[in-house]
Parts: sequence; C-alpha cells; structure tokens
Amino acid sequence: MLRPVLTRLLGLVLTLLAISAAVFLVMSVLPGDPAAIMLGTSARPDTLAALRSELGLDRPLPLRYAAWLTGLLTGDLGRSVTYGVPVAKLVLAGAAVTLPLAAMAILISLLLGLPLGVAAAARRGSAVDAGVSLFAQLGIATPNFWIGLLLILVFAATLGWMPSGGFPGWQAGAAPALTALLMPSIALALPQAAVLARVTRTATLEVLGEDFVRTARAKGLSRRQALWRHAVPNALLPVITIIGLQFTFLVAGAVLVENVFGLPGLGRLAMQALAQRDVTVMQVVVLLFATLAIVVNVLVDLAYLALDPRLRNAA
Amino acid sequence: MSAAVPSMPGTRRFALLRHGRLLTGAILTGALVAVALLSLLWTPEVPTRLRILAKLKPPLSEGLLGTDQLGRDILSLLMVGTANSLSIAVAAVVLGAATGTLIGIVAAMRRGALDALLMRMMDAVFAFPPILSAMMLSALLGSGRLNATVAIGLFTVPVFARLARADTKRILRRDYILAARGAGKNAARIAVDHVLPNIAGAILVQVTIQLGLAILTESGLGFLGLSISPPAPSLGRMLADAQTYLTLAPWMALAPGITIALIVAGFNLLGDGLRDRLDVRRDVSA
Repeated sequence: MLRPVLTRLLGLVLTLLAISAAVFLVMSVLPGDPAAIMLGTSARPDTLAALRSELGLDRPLPLRYAAWLTGLLTGDLGRSVTYGVPVAKLVLAGAAVTLPLAAMAILISLLLGLPLGVAAAARRGSAVDAGVSLFAQLGIATPNFWIGLLLILVFAATLGWMPSGGFPGWQAGAAPALTALLMPSIALALPQAAVLARVTRTATLEVLGEDFVRTARAKGLSRRQALWRHAVPNALLPVITIIGLQFTFLVAGAVLVENVFGLPGLGRLAMQALAQRDVTVMQVVVLLFATLAIVVNVLVDLAYLALDPRLRNAA
Repeated sequence: MSAAVPSMPGTRRFALLRHGRLLTGAILTGALVAVALLSLLWTPEVPTRLRILAKLKPPLSEGLLGTDQLGRDILSLLMVGTANSLSIAVAAVVLGAATGTLIGIVAAMRRGALDALLMRMMDAVFAFPPILSAMMLSALLGSGRLNATVAIGLFTVPVFARLARADTKRILRRDYILAARGAGKNAARIAVDHVLPNIAGAILVQVTIQLGLAILTESGLGFLGLSISPPAPSLGRMLADAQTYLTLAPWMALAPGITIALIVAGFNLLGDGLRDRLDVRRDVSA
C-alpha cells in the first residue's frame, strides 16, 4: 500500500516543480518591467535601478526562481506590483470567494448528476432514461457563462428574485453571501452535472450486469435493494475519477462565471492582474490553479487505491 | 463447433438509436459547417457595418435575428463568428492531435525513462486549463487568433498522448507486430504501417469530441477577450457584448449561446455515433 502512494507523491512533487519553473519562466520573459510599472513612466533611471535591485530583478534568472520558490514555500508570495499589498492577502481574499463557489458547484452537480444517472440506469430505455440523456447532451454542450447570463436574465432581470451579481462579502453574513454565490454555482454546476449523470448511468449499467448483483438478487433482495446496496457503491469508482478530471474544468469555469457575476474571486483577480501586467499576482494565481488541479488528481488516484483493493498490488 | 450467437432483444432498437446519433450529429455539424463556409462568400449584411440608427432592433424588425448595440446585423455576425470559432477549433485540435499522437506512440514504443518523462510532461501540461494558459500566453503573444489556437491546442496534446500511448501499448502486444519485427521492419516502419492504422479510429473519435470542447473553450476565451481580435466577430465576444444590454436586448444573448450549444452538441453526437460505428473501446482507466 505504501509504495504506490509514495510513487505518486514523488511524482506530484516533481510535476509541481516543473510547473512552477514553467510559470516563472513564461512570466519573466514577458515584455514590461515590473519596476517600471510600479514607478510609472516619469521615473529617474537611478531610482529605477535601485528598485530593480531591491526587487532582485538584476539577478540572473535561476537565482530569481530559487528566491521566488523559497518565498512560496515559506509563505512569502511577494508584493503586488499594482496594488502594493502582499500577494498573499489578495489571493486569500479571492480564495474566500472561489473555493466556496467551487464547493457549492461540486455539491450541486453531485446532488443533481448522481440521482439522475442512477435513475436512468435503473430504468434503461424508459422515458426517464431518454430525458436524462437529453439533459446530459444539452448540459455538456452549453457554455457555463451562457447559463449564467440566462439565469441573470430570468431570475434577476425579469423576476427580480436574485441579485444579478456582485458579492457582499462574508462580513455581511452567511445568508447574503451564499445567496450571491447561488446562481454562479448553478451555472458552474449544470454542465458538470450533465457529465456526471452520463458517467454514473454508464457505470451503474455496467455494474448491474455483474455476477454479484445477480447473486444479490438470487439471495432475495429486491431490484431496488440490489441497486442501492450493491450496484451504486461499486459504480461510484469511475465517477470519482471523473470528478477529479472535472475539477480542472471547474477552475477554468470559475474564471468565466466570476466575470459574468462580478464576483471578486481568484479568476477575476487573475484577469485583472493580466490587464494590469501584475506579474507577481499572475504567477501565484496561475500556479495555485494548476497546483489545485494536480493535487486533486493525485487525491483521486489515492482514493482509488483506498477504495479498490485490486489496484494496490497492481501499481 | 460453432457457437450460436444469441439474438438479443432490443438490439435493433438500440442500433437505430446509434445511427440516429450519428445521423443527427452529422446533419447538425454539416449544416453549421455549411453556414460557416457560406459566410466566406455571402452574409445578409456586411457583419462589421455599423448602423447606429438601427441599433438594438429586435429579431425580424431589422434582419432575421435583429441588431446589436452598434446596429450590426446579428445573423451576419453569427455566421462569420461561427466560421471564426470553427477555424480556431479545427486548427487547435489538428495541431494538438498530431503532436499528442506522435508523443504517445513514441512513449509507448521507446518505453523506459523517455516514456516516463514524456508522460509526466503531459501531466504538467494537462494541469493548465486552456483558459489559464491562454491568459499566460496572451500576456506573451497578445490576445488573438494565434493565442487561442495555441492555448487550446496545448491542452489537447496530453489527451491524445495518453490515448495514443494506451492504444499503441495494446497493439504492440499483437502477433503481427512480432511478425513485422521478425521481418526486419524498424520502429518507424512499424509505427506507420501497423500502429497508426490501428489507432486511427480511436483518434478520429477523440478528434470529434475535442472539437466540441475546443468550440466551448474558444467561446469562453472570446467572452474574456482572449480570442480573435475585434472587429472580427466571435461567438464569445457577442455574448460579452450581450451581457451589457441583457435587459434592453435579450435576443443578443440568445442566438450566439444557442449556436455554440448546437455546434458542440453536433460534434458530441457525431463522436458518440462514430465511436459506436467504429466500435472503439472506451477505456477510462487507460
């Protein structure tokens, strides 16, 4: 059990190192001098040179990378070029919006996708199955930011039930904050729910054909009991893999949906940093997104090992 | 002794359903590609022509689908936008599929350290959602057609590398590969003569599916202003414009969204249909 876990963790560390180097490299060859951006166009050359040396910009690239990496590991994420505040502060503020948003979206997609998938598999070929298939096809094909626009059009602009965007902040209380996140998380969740419903349906159908389900039925369990006690728990394995893969899309989707709803999350932070050429912020946010995606995928691998004893020795 | 093939009730109906998907996908995709091609020759209006006096007109009152905030004809914008989105998606997926397939075959055939290195690289590339790499690249290249194509293509590479590697590994265990090796064929010859034809079906199915995903991503990049530069129309930017005038002119938001969903659904149905038709095994764990 230990060896495959260690192998994956080592792979994770190496991949993260490679990614951090790639992000740093791309960001440091960008046109535009951070020191010049901070001081403006009227800065005197000697002031500029002083700031460059203070920021360490005059040192060779590998040294700067090493210093940046050490900073990251010790919690010093640098200082935003445009805002002049620590990047960590901006990232934490953004994460306080994006992470709850992603969590709500995952929850909604599970609550919607799993039951739909199981229901379709249990009544294969029925109207329910056809309906779920249609929902899946439409959901997978529809851009989440467009769903966001439609939600605003119907529930905010026309019916006036919901705020059309913005975020009151957590200090305004949990209820207004969660209300502000509801429509964005639905927009983010619907395409994911469609994928989940589809995968759950296929996985459940496969398991329903297995011998142990037939044995359970032969033992006298009803169809419903066999389905929920034996088929569904076993069908969840491939579903977990998909949730891991979907996480990457969820992160990307957050950038779009945050822009639609004007949420001050990590995605908006990244877009603003891009517009303002704030390299220190861009580096950290991009690295954070990529790290989240990779870590989640390794966690999925490990969950797989924990849930499926057959894989422990195979790896 | 020959085993009798048991007749399966309902098989015919499912066969029909399969062909239904292939057919629906082919018709949808075909129609939209035709519209995109037509836009190269003819559009109802010049899509970039501004008519401030005719701005924000609802459908049918001015043109079939109405006009936008600058009085541009939405149907014409939609046709050219579809062509632009499709051309970016096709270029990105072809680029990604070719590179990825090559990497996958090489990794599977050379094995060992090179295989491990290539696949870890693919893991790293796959960790960047296209929106993220497009943001990084746009800081480098400026936003535009090239930026969107490279970002989407880059994300597509690992998908094909993993697929090609898994399939190549399976094929390399076959007897005819042993025979080809015995006949003195070198690795490159084996790859071209035996591996490529045998994985082509799976690659084709994946290309179709990725095209749908690429359209979806391109529209997102366009929405954020990271794809093709104005004034060239793009489905994503039409939706970004529509957001500003959501209550005033809701039709601006409907047509581009529906078009995106139809293109993506078309490619997905086509891919599913092709998969059943070509009998490509779908192996999530590979």
